[in-house]
Amino acid sequence: MAGNWLEAVELTSSGRPVLLPSEIECSLLSAVDLECEDLPNFPNLKSGILTLTTHRLLWVSDSSSQGASSAIPLASISHIFSAKKSLKSIFASPRIRFQLSVSPDGRVSNSGSGSRSVVVTMVVRGKGADLDVFLTKFWDNWRGRAWETGNADVTSGSESVSGSTSSGLYTKEGTVRMVGVSGILRKEQEMWETTDKSLQDAFQDLNALMSKAKEMVMLAEKMRQKLLSGSTSQPGAAEDEELGSKQEMQDWLLSVGIISPVTKESAGALYHQQLSRQLADFVRLPLERAGGMINLIDIYCLFNRARGTELISPEDLLQACFLWEKFDVPVMLRKFDSGVMVIQNKSHSDEEIFARIKTLATKPDALRTGISASDAAITLGVAPGMAKEHLLTAESKGFLCRDISPDGFRFYINLFPEIDPNNVYLVKDYGVYDTWLKVASASR
Amino acid sequence: MQKLGDYKLPQFFNYPPYFTLQPVRDTREKQIQLWKELILDYCRTQKIFVIGLEEDFPLFSNPVIERSLSHEAREAFLSILVSDGRAEWLDKRHRKCLILWHRIQEWANIILNFVKENGLEDSVMTVEEIRSGIESRGTELHGIDRTILMRALKLLEQKGKLAIFKGTTADDEGVKFSI
Repeated sequence: MAGNWLEAVELTSSGRPVLLPSEIECSLLSAVDLECEDLPNFPNLKSGILTLTTHRLLWVSDSSSQGASSAIPLASISHIFSAKKSLKSIFASPRIRFQLSVSPDGRVSNSGSGSRSVVVTMVVRGKGADLDVFLTKFWDNWRGRAWETGNADVTSGSESVSGSTSSGLYTKEGTVRMVGVSGILRKEQEMWETTDKSLQDAFQDLNALMSKAKEMVMLAEKMRQKLLSGSTSQPGAAEDEELGSKQEMQDWLLSVGIISPVTKESAGALYHQQLSRQLADFVRLPLERAGGMINLIDIYCLFNRARGTELISPEDLLQACFLWEKFDVPVMLRKFDSGVMVIQNKSHSDEEIFARIKTLATKPDALRTGISASDAAITLGVAPGMAKEHLLTAESKGFLCRDISPDGFRFYINLFPEIDPNNVYLVKDYGVYDTWLKVASASR
Repeated sequence: MQKLGDYKLPQFFNYPPYFTLQPVRDTREKQIQLWKELILDYCRTQKIFVIGLEEDFPLFSNPVIERSLSHEAREAFLSILVSDGRAEWLDKRHRKCLILWHRIQEWANIILNFVKENGLEDSVMTVEEIRSGIESRGTELHGIDRTILMRALKLLEQKGKLAIFKGTTADDEGVKFSI
């Protein structure tokens, strides 16, 4: 970590920074070094991804997803130097310099009222980054002072929601932040603020709506806290009604979305990489509900629904999934022999599925008439299309074999290995062949 | 136990996947092996020499479980028999298959034994006599497929055990043994 000089950034399991409430990503730069000559104990921050948000500058090491990370609150920046246009700067890597106020012991203070000032240099080694655009956004965000309004929200929020942590609608594990309503609202607000001030009066109603929406978001947060505490503290005493409403709430919360979706605009060249990480964070919850494996198409729908207006193309989704191989994320893309692609947990085991399929296929009814994809879907609790993939995989492993007849496509437990080709009339009086024979002859 | 005429069928004849060509390699190999044994054994006991793929063949369907082999499966099983030397296609379009439950060499040995047992070492017989004459009655040669018999005789001719001489018609073809 970055020593005691800068505070560390909390990272999700896929290596994306956990954002503060109402914090939004604005721009990303790759291969950025942070240097400070004024401080001897300044950490070694070489070649990382720098994320500019409305609240902070986040530096995350490039080399590994769980590596070093540091955050500089924009509040602590006292001055941003404009870029020097000299002959030398044409050949060297572009640099952005800004002044930080720090406390006497060398810590970056959040308030921006530190006693010392140090100059930090950002060296951008990455190619193709549009530095001017970044600098403009940097200035805008610094001047925008979004953290001041944000802080006010948090304080008022924690007053109404007694005992809630200040992490707001965000969970520490980095699961989906379900405050898309507020995300959309914020966008609305930004647009609205940039339009002519004279229009403000005409939009009094919108203001009123917004304050109502804020209450709604607060309510959502309250419900969520309740859900979280309920699911951990008393799972045994859960009544049916409460369970039902919980389910409903979770469905509802799931559908309200992602507050700060990664976009091409904000991430630029790092788009797919960042999208990939965000997707990895996102799929955890749907995966859990789907039993560890979920169809790519389903995820596409859920993900885009969560993103609201910032839709991604199927191609982008596929790209993002392919990139998982390069990151240390707990999920993976899997392609079945039939070409169907699914997302599954890395810990997901086919063995368990096979065991359940085998149990199903050796039940008396199944021995007699075989099992269909829908039978397996009911037992495994997955969609029939997915169940069929499992059955086909089990078949390819030799656990099952198929029967195609006018009645349809069914699977039977594989008896072929138990039959002795040198004595076709022999039935060992143990094993599944014998069981099948008893069941089959009893039915006739 | 289920029977086909007087033929005793194995238990797995009622196993529905037995009648669907299995796509997985290991399973398919075992299935093919079981079909090969069954076809050869059935043909041997029933004295069947030719299987027509487009005709009804009792072994290829099971009315009890309402399953029958597809044309593709029939051809696959017979093709394996052909590649094992236990069958031969009689036409290019693979509609008729000659089943060799004895290989040609084995048939040739059977003919030699038959000749020796009947003391025919230096005599002359027509081909028809070998297939349906009094001497062959009760032996495996009785009712043998003409194509197989001619192939076996030709093999013996190459080895100098006999001479085939042609008559005016196919019925007149004869052999002179010289063992």
